[in-house]
Amino acid sequence: MAFDPKSDYPLGSRRPDLVATPRGTPLADVTLDAARAGALGAAEIRATPETLRLQAEVAREAGRAQLAESLERAAELAAVPDDLLLEVYTALRPRRATATELETWATRLEGYDAIRTAAFVREAATAYAARGLLAGG
Amino acid sequence: MRDLQLEQLIAPVPELGLVAANGPADPAPELVVEDGVVTRLDGRSAAEFDIIDRFVVAHGIDIGVAAEAMAVDDLALARMLVDVDAPRSELVRLSRGLTPAKLARVIGLLDPVELMLALKKLRARRAPGNQAHVTNLKESPALLAADAAEAARRGFAELETTVGVARYAPLNAIALLVGSQTGRPGVMTQCAVEERRNLELAIRGLVTYAETLSVYGTEPVFVDGDDTPWSKAFLGAAYASRGVKVRFTSGTGSEALMGYAQGCSMLYLEARCLAVVRAAGSQGVQNGSISCVALVLSVPGGTRAILGENVLAAWLDLEVASGNDAIASHSEIRKTAKLMGQFLPGTDFVTSGYSVMPRHDNTFGGGNFDADDLDEWLTIQRDWQVDAGIEPVSEDELLRVRERAARAAQAVFAELGLPAISDEEVAVATSGYDAREMPDRDRAADVEAADELLARGVSGLDVALALDRRGFDDVSTAVLGMQRQRVAADYLQTAAVIDADGVVHSAVNDPNEYAGPGTGYRLEGERWALLQALPQVVAPTDLLGGAGADAEPIVSEGGVAAKGDEPVDVVVAVGPAFADVIRRTIGDLEHRAVLEAVCEGVRDGGGAPRLVRIRRVADVAFIAHDGARLSGSGVAIGLQSKGTAVIHRADLQPLDNLELFGMSPLYTLESYRAMGRNAAGYALGRRVGPVPTELDNFARAKLIVRTTLLHARETQAVVPGAEPVELELHA
Repeated sequence: MAFDPKSDYPLGSRRPDLVATPRGTPLADVTLDAARAGALGAAEIRATPETLRLQAEVAREAGRAQLAESLERAAELAAVPDDLLLEVYTALRPRRATATELETWATRLEGYDAIRTAAFVREAATAYAARGLLAGG
Repeated sequence: MRDLQLEQLIAPVPELGLVAANGPADPAPELVVEDGVVTRLDGRSAAEFDIIDRFVVAHGIDIGVAAEAMAVDDLALARMLVDVDAPRSELVRLSRGLTPAKLARVIGLLDPVELMLALKKLRARRAPGNQAHVTNLKESPALLAADAAEAARRGFAELETTVGVARYAPLNAIALLVGSQTGRPGVMTQCAVEERRNLELAIRGLVTYAETLSVYGTEPVFVDGDDTPWSKAFLGAAYASRGVKVRFTSGTGSEALMGYAQGCSMLYLEARCLAVVRAAGSQGVQNGSISCVALVLSVPGGTRAILGENVLAAWLDLEVASGNDAIASHSEIRKTAKLMGQFLPGTDFVTSGYSVMPRHDNTFGGGNFDADDLDEWLTIQRDWQVDAGIEPVSEDELLRVRERAARAAQAVFAELGLPAISDEEVAVATSGYDAREMPDRDRAADVEAADELLARGVSGLDVALALDRRGFDDVSTAVLGMQRQRVAADYLQTAAVIDADGVVHSAVNDPNEYAGPGTGYRLEGERWALLQALPQVVAPTDLLGGAGADAEPIVSEGGVAAKGDEPVDVVVAVGPAFADVIRRTIGDLEHRAVLEAVCEGVRDGGGAPRLVRIRRVADVAFIAHDGARLSGSGVAIGLQSKGTAVIHRADLQPLDNLELFGMSPLYTLESYRAMGRNAAGYALGRRVGPVPTELDNFARAKLIVRTTLLHARETQAVVPGAEPVELELHA
């Protein structure tokens, strides 16, 4: 069944068939039984890129373009490991990274197909350069 | 000294940004677009753009609508904000093309009532809600869990905790998670700590949302806050990538407080913040001055500006958690007046932190409204017929959920190998007042265990399993339910709350469609019945202090009362219900004792008392006057069941009198004796000094309900046209 971003929300109630964990466990099977049986780990408890893209569509349909864009970035970042996520965040804080380092982070993100987010980081680098917010002045 | 004198009021100092709105140095609204590129924004050229301008230009202004929106006259926009026929969707559409200076200027045109109507129109979600703070000074987990359960049971949709000691974070988060789900499944929980630590807790599912992603209205302050719009936006997306709901935080006054307001008004700088919040793709914001509220309230128009910033946020299609958490004023009157701006229209979360525990235990430096104010908050909801997101709950039910939550926390701590929560901690957490009563824990052991728990990778799933193993089935299901929400990510949409069945209600599927009377969210039906039924509401019959149908009679009625002829005859005339269906005065004196005292007084004064019941009226003046016309001396004392008394004389007009005793709550039996003596004195023609009058200005507020009910009961006993009857007091 095709996805209707208006009437198929909330996904959890209306289209659980479209929602799964990163390893493919359907939402309906995210249960205590599964957890007890050891079939469900903590790393499974998160949205997949697919789910986040559906939520981005929902936001876009509701006219919330920037929220949709953030959810698209989130969809990309879902594939990025925790450590890298935290490192990129730290690098984006004032005077933490040089222009070269930010470029390196952007490239690493591209390695995870996080294209929009990589562009976002490059955009930041340009702005930081203009405002003296890169490391080393 | 009145509380208000403890705080400072200052004249505006625009150069320091100490001006609420419409500051003299605020830029004029301006947007110049050349070849699809913004070259000027609010008084600055592209070369002069700071980090905030750059971000807003890159992500915050919809060029497609900007020309149209910026061309709309400020006043025309302001009128649309208060026009019930101007749809929210149209206002949101235009907002996408408006610059911060334009937004601030339009809001600056609205007065408080206009702002409240605008807020009611612009709220994102249909129904208002509320958020609670849950903390305590000892970071005692059993107490956190118990308070969290109470907060959840009272209807708060979100709970926020924090840490006194940073390393306590995972333990506090777990206590809140367990307690909240015990009170009501679906309540969201957060632990406000440093950004990186916060994200880690979220990744593990120990918290289910985050709020304190702060943004600031000038570049130097943003940088001093160790972030940029880009880093904050990235962080927001990072939370979302783990399925966790987030809102940003901003608020008037922060730039002035941190020393770099660049001469601009608080509201204008907040408009810049909100433009960043929307540009970053946040679904919502916590604003309304927040921690700086006392600074904003020090300048004129501060309360109005704070309401203005809530309106502005809603206009930008953001969820709004509207402050009222940090202490706004020492004066109860003043801070409640400020609250009404959000309380009456309703926001997505009327407070971003109601202190559900006593203020002493609020480690946010908050407690603007706290546990001791709950009764008043509930009563004010009932007074106004307004839903401000808190529900009445019986004492028994609160004790039940508190105890259960403390037990659940005890079980989880045991299962996870954390330092034990003792039975004594559970008992005190259930019914104690604040953390001072809680037994001390070994804090060193707690923080070590917390570090180790993080290192082990304990997650929300583990908490669910721990509860499951200990038989807390419903709580474990609820905790797992919150983890499932992160998989579906429905609650990442604008203004989302989760109901007890795990269904998400957000601006997407439950939007605010207010368009004037008869539309939108209205407090009626079942919800109104719930919010009216406060535990202290009394059944009216309980107030009457009446006698049951088979109670022993105090008096007997004889034949029709005749006119007396003895000159010392003083009639004691009582109302239709006196000493019958009503047997006590409003001052709680027994009618028998009152009659005995009056008669004693009459005899002391040389008169001969004669008891008569007047049946045709309930009004004390007519009771007394009817009695006086029967009296041999022409003087009578009339008594209503509620205790009001009049000394009357036959030749006076009915509504005139010799003495009137209206303050029945204040009278003692000695008062009634004195009334009897005076009546006798008037009867025998002596010089009488009136009984001194006392006054209690609060009598009406305290007793008007009982007065009304008692008088209604007396009126019910009236038999129109009935003759008065002789009464005999039983021994």
